[in-house]
Amino acid sequence: MYRHYKERIVKSVLFISALAAIFVLGLITVVIFSEGLPLIAKVGLFDFILGAEWRPLAGIFGIAPMIVGGFYVICGAMLLGVPLGIACAIFLAEIAHKRIRAVIRPCIELLLGIPSVVYGFFGLVILVPIIREHFGGPGFSVLAGSIILAIMLLPTVIAVSEDAIRSVQRTYKEASLALGATHWQTIRNVILPVARSGIMAGVILGFGRAISETMAVIMVLGNAPIFPQSILDPARALTANIALEMAYATGDHLQALFATGIILFVVILLSISLINMVQKRDMA
Amino acid sequence: MNSGKIAMGVFWASGLITLAILVIVIGHILLNGMGMISIEFLLDSPRALGREGGIFPTIIGTIALVVVALVIATPIGVGGAIYLAEYTHRGTITKIIRAGAECLAGIPSILFGLFGFAFFVIFLGFGWSILSGGLTVACMILPMILRTTEEALKAVPNSYREGSLSLGATKWQTTQNVVLKSAAAGIFTGIILGAGKVAGETAAIMLTAGTALRLPTSLFDSVRPMSFHLYILAMEGLSMERAYGTAAVLVITVLIINSTTTLIMRYYTRALRG
Repeated sequence: MYRHYKERIVKSVLFISALAAIFVLGLITVVIFSEGLPLIAKVGLFDFILGAEWRPLAGIFGIAPMIVGGFYVICGAMLLGVPLGIACAIFLAEIAHKRIRAVIRPCIELLLGIPSVVYGFFGLVILVPIIREHFGGPGFSVLAGSIILAIMLLPTVIAVSEDAIRSVQRTYKEASLALGATHWQTIRNVILPVARSGIMAGVILGFGRAISETMAVIMVLGNAPIFPQSILDPARALTANIALEMAYATGDHLQALFATGIILFVVILLSISLINMVQKRDMA
Repeated sequence: MNSGKIAMGVFWASGLITLAILVIVIGHILLNGMGMISIEFLLDSPRALGREGGIFPTIIGTIALVVVALVIATPIGVGGAIYLAEYTHRGTITKIIRAGAECLAGIPSILFGLFGFAFFVIFLGFGWSILSGGLTVACMILPMILRTTEEALKAVPNSYREGSLSLGATKWQTTQNVVLKSAAAGIFTGIILGAGKVAGETAAIMLTAGTALRLPTSLFDSVRPMSFHLYILAMEGLSMERAYGTAAVLVITVLIINSTTTLIMRYYTRALRG
């Protein structure tokens, strides 16, 4: 009998631990929405998202400049990082010798593990001065943010895409080569189309990493809550908006930061469901 | 030249560019930071807000946060994974739990920070402290430990379980003595990766653990981990040499963590092969 009870207790404890992840997710959702929704209700969702001015001390809360600024930075990062990442993944999976791969792959894992604040620091001491001296402007700019985020999303795109390319069945490749196709024709017409959804997942994960990033963008973007007019202008990301002002925000201002968090949260959830959709369609 | 040759050239170039980026980023930090690292730098207290002296309290701060986060997240994550891998079959509940964990893993760290601030710091009244910061990052690494443990458990061959069960062991005895032991290396790898994530985390911690630069004496004391110290040193221009030094310590920490996990997995796969 004792054994029987013990087994049941163990099972319930394990079940509760398994529920913890759901519980935490629910708690985060409830806390952030309950703190942020009152302000969105007060200002109005459209005025909050489309408002062109962020002057929290005057009670004006519009996050459009940060949405637009963040959008430019992430587009730039994707333009720089995604093609390079996919090409590097093809290189590692299809072309590189085993020994070269054995050098580069651990390097990519290392890049994945480096804290974002170290990337930000690198951007601050290297990229910002270079941009200021050679291109003009303050150096703290959309361009600096895009380059740093591109470097940061690179390992994610490479790691996931390489796995996708490697998981393409050998027979497909062999059949194509046997039909007289060159290696490049095989990569373009057989391997990439088959690996497409895996590569897409890598790209979306990279996007998620870029939009989630806080420290690196704070350190190189300059953080002015204005619409950037060129890639050499400073900008502010949504994440940075929260991190920069939490230290002293109170009242409506504090709620506005939680409201910023809600917008970020919704965008992230959408991108996660996009990944699931891409993967499900692939399985069907 | 045909398109095939151009394409191959592009692929080679991409591989080399990626390698070059890595060498430049890591090389720059290590070359400029290694000179700063010394026993005094590691074991001295900072003076004048960090302009002078070392980074000892921030190392302790990082370690304290890692320990609190692991103490909380490891049992829950491992327990949850055991439930998912050993005690249940593919059903609606497991699907929901997996989807939830996946969602949690994708949430930006700044949102964990917001949550930790509202819930642990204010609502539960823990203030800016090791406890608030540790609990917040524990939530962050929970899905990571859950997933790596579940994968490690799934890799244990079913014949092990059947052997133990047929000898009369209960489910839990089997899990405890056979399955967990065989999966130990994989689980340990997940825990070390979690520790690495906490050590590098900044955004969630700066909203929940405060900025104090003194040595903490209790869980309710505020601390500043190395990552946040680096941010302050660099952004406020207090001391670039010390910022480089701190960044180098962080990069070396990641290097140690990565090579430890690689070694464990290599040893483990060799042991499995016999």
